[in-house]
Amino acid sequence: MTGQRVTPESKHLEVTLETEVESVNLAEEMCLRVAEAAGFGEDECYRIGMSVREGVINAFHYGNQERPGKKIYLVVDLTQDKMTIHVVDEGKGFNLRDVPDPLAEENLLSTSGRGIFLMRAFMDEFDVVPGRTGGAEIIMSKKLPRPGNPSPNGQSGSGGQSAAPHQGT
Amino acid sequence: MILRATYRDAGPVTVLDMSGRITLGDGSALLRKTLHELLEQKRIRILLNLADVDYIDSSGIGELVSGYTSVKNRGGELKLLHLTKKVHDLLQITKLYTVFDVYSDEQIAVRSFR
Repeated sequence: MTGQRVTPESKHLEVTLETEVESVNLAEEMCLRVAEAAGFGEDECYRIGMSVREGVINAFHYGNQERPGKKIYLVVDLTQDKMTIHVVDEGKGFNLRDVPDPLAEENLLSTSGRGIFLMRAFMDEFDVVPGRTGGAEIIMSKKLPRPGNPSPNGQSGSGGQSAAPHQGT
Repeated sequence: MILRATYRDAGPVTVLDMSGRITLGDGSALLRKTLHELLEQKRIRILLNLADVDYIDSSGIGELVSGYTSVKNRGGELKLLHLTKKVHDLLQITKLYTVFDVYSDEQIAVRSFR
């Protein structure tokens, strides 16, 4: 990690990560802390953590091509409504429409290509846009649990089951 | 949970007990290395016990699929035992639950191998 900035209210976090495997764990741990502090339940924290992992893995492997000189930028924003995570790489960018559907029969035994699907499945909102670095910027968010109504635990695929059919379209 | 992989014999079947997280880096590498080792020893009936694996990411899923294909290409079978809820859900949403044979009873799983 080469840089970190947290606002006094701790609602905005910016971190610059190295292109290395440890950055994946680091990003997950940081976002989990924010998610727990924001009141997300165990299952929602798991989904957020997994999505952050997959976003940073995508930046590390596909975006930055595992080149140590490149950086990964992680931004976390917490508003009254939702937690939004941005993962920006220094690669060439990509179009979501070009990502193969991992649920298609011919791709089921593929050894890669499930990261985007998992982020879509686990988060409420998900998109990929051109980043300020020229690479890809993954933007994903999860609605905050309402007071007195914590995020559900014990349910699988919240927000995701409906997202799945959009994969690869 | 400590990342670990050990194996034992159950008749003609090799039971591979894994614990920890199977994720990008050490977890995926350990699974890959251990399955490679088993195949080198001509152990092609493998029951992967995931009772103590509570977390798998896309890299780990890729390693599971790679192992499944490698074992199958050698004429063997790789089956899964004792999925935790998170791993079960992950295999379901990725449709891999339809690919792998999954068991919750070790004796029944061992008997299911050809």
